[in-house]
Amino acid sequence: MAAATHFIVHDKQDTVGVVVVETVKAGETLTGWVLEDDSTIQVKAVDAVPLGHKIALKDIKKGETVLKYGHDIGLATAAIGKGRHAHIHNMKTKRW
Amino acid sequence: MAKAKSKAQAAATAPAKVSRKSNGRSLEFMGYRRENGRVGVRNHVIVLPLDDLSNAACEAVANNIKGTLALPHPYGRLQFGEDLELHFRTLIGTGASPNVAACIVIGIEPQWTQRVVDGIKKTGKPVAGFAIEGHGDIATIAAASRTAQDYVQWATEIQRQPCHINELWISAKCGESDTTSGLASCPTVGNLIDKLDPLGATTCFGETSEITGAEMVCASRAVSKQISDKFLATWRAYNDMIERHKTNDLRDSQPTKGNIAGGLTTIEEKAFGNLQKIGHKTKYIDVLKPAEVPEKGAGLYFMDTSSAAAECVTLQAAAGFVVHLFPTGQGNVIGNPIEPVIKLTANPKTAREMKEHIDLDVSGILRREMTLDEAGDRLIDITIRTCNGRLTCAEALGHREFVLTRLYQSA
Repeated sequence: MAAATHFIVHDKQDTVGVVVVETVKAGETLTGWVLEDDSTIQVKAVDAVPLGHKIALKDIKKGETVLKYGHDIGLATAAIGKGRHAHIHNMKTKRW
Repeated sequence: MAKAKSKAQAAATAPAKVSRKSNGRSLEFMGYRRENGRVGVRNHVIVLPLDDLSNAACEAVANNIKGTLALPHPYGRLQFGEDLELHFRTLIGTGASPNVAACIVIGIEPQWTQRVVDGIKKTGKPVAGFAIEGHGDIATIAAASRTAQDYVQWATEIQRQPCHINELWISAKCGESDTTSGLASCPTVGNLIDKLDPLGATTCFGETSEITGAEMVCASRAVSKQISDKFLATWRAYNDMIERHKTNDLRDSQPTKGNIAGGLTTIEEKAFGNLQKIGHKTKYIDVLKPAEVPEKGAGLYFMDTSSAAAECVTLQAAAGFVVHLFPTGQGNVIGNPIEPVIKLTANPKTAREMKEHIDLDVSGILRREMTLDEAGDRLIDITIRTCNGRLTCAEALGHREFVLTRLYQSA
């Protein structure tokens, strides 16, 4: 069995991953499992990120499309640095 | 119902050529074979109000006669057009469900009451209607109670019989989703559908508004260009309704506050998670109106429904689906009066803190302790056990949400 998985990424091109452990502290180095190719990546958490919430896997510019499942899930309403918590404070739907 | 009958009869007369096992698991279950050939997994005698005014009489009958179940609801007066058709289709479909052995219908007046009775009667099951006007509640309750007692004593002698997976109609809808739903609990349902579709199961997904953002991917999962176009027309009509009525970007409703607490940020993200429920291989073979009975035989169907849990499950149950798979992230507690709702979650916190609501914990997928294939097999196991009679968490806790969908105001 693999070492502890802190976050999971659906698709290799995704720019966010999902935290799957109940506590992630700022400054912690996290291990991520990429479902598409079963690879492992590491990201240092800049923010504390709750279970189920997203962490940026790269620097995302304001106005840039955020990718998850390999698809467009909305846009960044503010710059989201790598390792930062991505949610309603810095992301928004393109619909409705 | 005629086509459903011929399909079930064909299945009964021609020995199944398909496998009776998936990964070595037996796919037979003990169900109730009804007069029209359809198979149920519960044996309810229901007392169904035509309208809001008849709820009190129905509840009184259910109180008088043990083993019967009243299904109160707030509608049924001055509806018209397509909204009225949907009202009748949902009530008739609920009474016609193979999970219902027999049905009492009570309405304020006899004509619409009889319309519901006649619709249910086509299944061949015992059904009787009672109207309150000219008699009052007390005489109506007395007469309906005598018939209800006959029905429940008759129904309790019906025996379960061995049935095959190709006689099982399974619906799916998720709720209070979070990102763990898209990662693991919805894919577990998808794994079950990919395994049972080739074996002849009839399955259904819906939630038209919650496909928004993933509608083109969903359209690509239709069996043909014609069905893909039918799906997109259905999705656009629903989206146009939202555009007409919205006052902002739906930030207060969709995603829900629970979704957002669980880490879902946008409708697009929620939609891609939702769509994991149909697996990777299975194509849907038709697009159904709300509560419309499938008529193209075994396979996966998309139904045009609201994304609100109880509305969607009520419509799927009324279309004849007899067991429901419900992935949840943050812990939706929904049940249905006639269709058992099996809940699964991949959120370890929900599995721990709301365990009385969770029939299957698949959070091991996130810890890499369980594969998706294993999770799908466990879901098949709990589904078969539920069909054999095991009460779901929602049934044990008394969740009986019966919520009719309205399309617009009454006249």
